[in-house]
Amino acid sequence: MKGLKKKRRIQLIVAAMLALALATGLVGYAMRDGINFFRSPSQLATEPPRPGEVFRLGGLVEAGSLVRGQGETVSFRVTDGGATVPVRYTGVLPDLFGENQGMIGTGSMEGEVFVAREILAKHDESYMPREVTDALKEQGVYREAGS
Amino acid sequence: MITELGHFALILAFVVAILQSTVPLIGAQRGWAGWMAVAMPAAAAQFWLIALAFAALTHAFVTSDFSLEVVWANSHTDKPMLYKLSGVWGNHEGSMLLWVLILALFGASAAWFGGQLPPRLKARVLAVQGMIGVAFLAFILFTSNPFARLPLAPFNGKDLNPLLQDPGLAFHPPFLYLGYVGLSMAFSFAVAALIEGRVDAAWARWVRPWTLAAWVFLTIGIALGSWWAYYELGWGGFWFWDPVENASFMPWLLAAALLHSAIVVEKREALKSWTILLAILAFGFSLIGTFLVRSGVITSVHAFANDPERGVFILMILCVFLGGSLTLFAARAGAMQAKGVFGMVSRESALVLNNILLAVSAFVVFIGTIWPLVAEMAWDRKLSVGAPFFNQAFTPFMIGLALVLPVGAILPWKRGQIGRTLRPLRGALVLALAAGCLAYAMGTGRSAIGPVGAALGTWLIAGAAADLWQRTGQKGRARWSRLTRLPRADWGKAVAHAGLGVTFVGISLLTAGQVEDIRVAQVGAPFDVGGYEIALDRVEAVQGPNYRSTRATLSIRRGGREVAVLHPEKRIYPVQAMPTTEADIDNGLFRDLYLVIGDEQEGGGWAVRTYVKPFANWIWAGAAIMALGGALSLSDRRYRVAAGARRATAVPAGAAPAE
Repeated sequence: MKGLKKKRRIQLIVAAMLALALATGLVGYAMRDGINFFRSPSQLATEPPRPGEVFRLGGLVEAGSLVRGQGETVSFRVTDGGATVPVRYTGVLPDLFGENQGMIGTGSMEGEVFVAREILAKHDESYMPREVTDALKEQGVYREAGS
Repeated sequence: MITELGHFALILAFVVAILQSTVPLIGAQRGWAGWMAVAMPAAAAQFWLIALAFAALTHAFVTSDFSLEVVWANSHTDKPMLYKLSGVWGNHEGSMLLWVLILALFGASAAWFGGQLPPRLKARVLAVQGMIGVAFLAFILFTSNPFARLPLAPFNGKDLNPLLQDPGLAFHPPFLYLGYVGLSMAFSFAVAALIEGRVDAAWARWVRPWTLAAWVFLTIGIALGSWWAYYELGWGGFWFWDPVENASFMPWLLAAALLHSAIVVEKREALKSWTILLAILAFGFSLIGTFLVRSGVITSVHAFANDPERGVFILMILCVFLGGSLTLFAARAGAMQAKGVFGMVSRESALVLNNILLAVSAFVVFIGTIWPLVAEMAWDRKLSVGAPFFNQAFTPFMIGLALVLPVGAILPWKRGQIGRTLRPLRGALVLALAAGCLAYAMGTGRSAIGPVGAALGTWLIAGAAADLWQRTGQKGRARWSRLTRLPRADWGKAVAHAGLGVTFVGISLLTAGQVEDIRVAQVGAPFDVGGYEIALDRVEAVQGPNYRSTRATLSIRRGGREVAVLHPEKRIYPVQAMPTTEADIDNGLFRDLYLVIGDEQEGGGWAVRTYVKPFANWIWAGAAIMALGGALSLSDRRYRVAAGARRATAVPAGAAPAE
C-alpha cells in the first residue's frame, strides 16, 4: 500500500514535469512567430523590422491623410510627431477609426508602406491604446484627453 | 435619500463582513459554539445589506438620477429600460458591486443550505468567504464608490457605450461573475480544510456542486461574450486570445480540472492536496483575471477602467489571498493523507491526465497573457502575443485531451485494461475516422485542422454515446429502459463531454473552411462568394430609437433560389457621437452568411464584406450543451449531497462509498 502510493506520487510528479517541459518547449517554439513587437513610426527608423516580420505599428492617424471611399483598400499615414509612415489596409475599418485618433495596426512593411492585416478596434472613444500614449509622450506631443 | 441609504448599507455590510471573518474563526479555533454560530446570521445580513445597496443603485439608474456620477457617465433618459438595468453593471463601479453581491449570495447560500456541514468547517468556510468580502467591499468603498455624487446634477447623462447596448452583453457580465465568484466557494472550502487539516469524501461532496455551478456559469458567460463579439463587433471572429478573454478562460480551464479531481477525492479519497491546490489556483486566477481587466496593465481591446490606484489595490488583494493560502498550503498539505490506491491504468490515472493537460494548458495561456508585461519589465520591449502563439502552444494539449477523454471516461476505477475499455468504443472510432475523411474530402487543400477537429469532435460525441450505452449493461431490450433510468450525473457527464465535441467540430471546421471577401458592390450588380450569389438591392437611411442608421438590403441566392435577405447597418448614436457597425447574419445549422457594410464609395457603390462561416453556431451550441450537461449533473448532485451527508453520519467517517 505505502509503496504503491509513493510510486504513484513519483509517477505523477514525473508526468507533470514532462507535461510542463513539453509546454515550455511549445511555448518557446510558438513564441518565434506568435510575438508581434510594437513600433512607433520613430522607432521604425531606428529599429527596422526583419523583412516580412509581422509587427504592430501604433500612432495617430495624420490629419488630412485618410483616403477612404475609393475601392476596398483604405490608405492613411500614421504619425507620432517625430516620423510618419504610410499605411494601407484592405477591409472595413473599425467604427471609431478617424483622423487624429490613436490606432494600432498589425501587419508588415512592403517597401516603404506598412500593409496592415488587422486594425485594432477600440470600444469607446475615450480609450487610447497605452502603447500609443507612451509613443506620443516620448515625442512630446501627447495631450491629455479633452484638452 | 435612497442613494444615501444604499451607501450606508454598503458600509454596514463592510462592518458585518469584518465581523464574519473574525469571530467565527476564533470560535472554531477555541471550540466556542456561540462564536461559530455568528457566521450564519452575519453571512445572511451581509447579503441583504449588499442587496439593498444594489437595489438603491438600480433605482438610481431606473429613475435616471444624474446626480450620481456613475449614472451620469453611463446612462441617458432615452435609453431603453433593459439597458438602463444592464447599465447598473455596465461600468466599473456597478460591476464591482454586482461582484460582491454575488460573493455574498454564495456565502449566504452556504449558510442557508449548509445544514449538514460540520459546524466547525462551516464557521471557517464562512469566515474565509467573509474575508474575501471585506477585501472587495474595501476596494469598492475606498477606490470605486458607485454612490459618489456630483456637486451639480447635469440634465442628462453621457449614455452607455452603444456596443454594450445589446441583450447578449446585458447578461454576459452577471454570468461571468457568477462563475468567477462561485470559485470563491471552492477557495473558502479549501482554506477551511487546510486550517482543519482534514479532507475527506464529505468535503469533496460539498466542494463539487459549488465548483460545478461556477463552471456552468463561466461556460455560459464566456460563450455569451464570444457570441456577442462574433455578431456585434463586425469582424466575424469568435475568439481573439485577448488578455481579457484569457482572463476568463484560465479560471474555466482550472475549474474544469478541479471539477474532475474533486471526483477522485469524493469517490476514492486520493489526490487530496492537489485538489486543494487547484481550488486555490482556480480562484487565484479569477483574481488575476480581475486584476488584468481592471488595472489596464495589458493593452486589450476591452478597455475598462485604466486606473493604476485600483490596479494596485487589486494586486494587494491578490497577493494577500494567493500568498496567504499558498503559504497555508505549504504548511498543511502534508497532513492530507491519501487513502485510495489505484493502478497505472484506471479512471484515477485518466483523471490525473485530464488534470495535467488542463492545468498545463492554463499555464500556457497564462504565459501568453502575461508575456507582454514580462517583456516590458525585463527588456523594456513592447510586444503583444498574437493568436498564432496560442494556436501552436495551446492546441496540442486540447488535441491530447480530446484523444484520451472518451477512453478515460469509461475506464473502471482502481484498475482497468485498455483493451477491454476500447471495445465499446470501436464504433466511435470508426465514426470519428469517417468524419475526418469526410472533412478531408470536402475541404481538400485547406488547413489540416478541419479533418483533425472533425474526427476528434466526432470521437468525443460518439464516445459519450458509447459511455452511456455501455452503462446500460448487456441485455438487449432492457437497455433502453435502463438508459432512461441512469442517474442524472451519468447523463450530465455524457452530455457535457459531447458538448465539448460539438465545440471542437465548430471551431475546427470554421477555422479551416471560412471564406472571406471584401469588395466594392454596385447596386444591381451581383457577385459570387463561396457559391452564393449576393446582390446589393438598396441602401437607405433609417431612424432608430436612439440612433440614426444607414441600412443596406442585400439578397443572397444559391442556384437561382433566394436563401436570405440581410440588412447590415452602419449606425450613429448621437449622444456619444459614436458610429457602430451592425453585421447581419443568416444563421444556419451548417453555415452562417455574414454581411457587413462599409464606406460609401466616391464613384458609387459600397464596400461590402462577406463571410461564409461553416459550422459557426456549433461553437456556442457546444458550450450550451456543456452547460446543460453541468446543470443535469448538478440536479442529480442535490439529492445525492443530502443522501451522502446522511450516510456519513451512519457510517464511521472515512468509509468512502465504493462505486
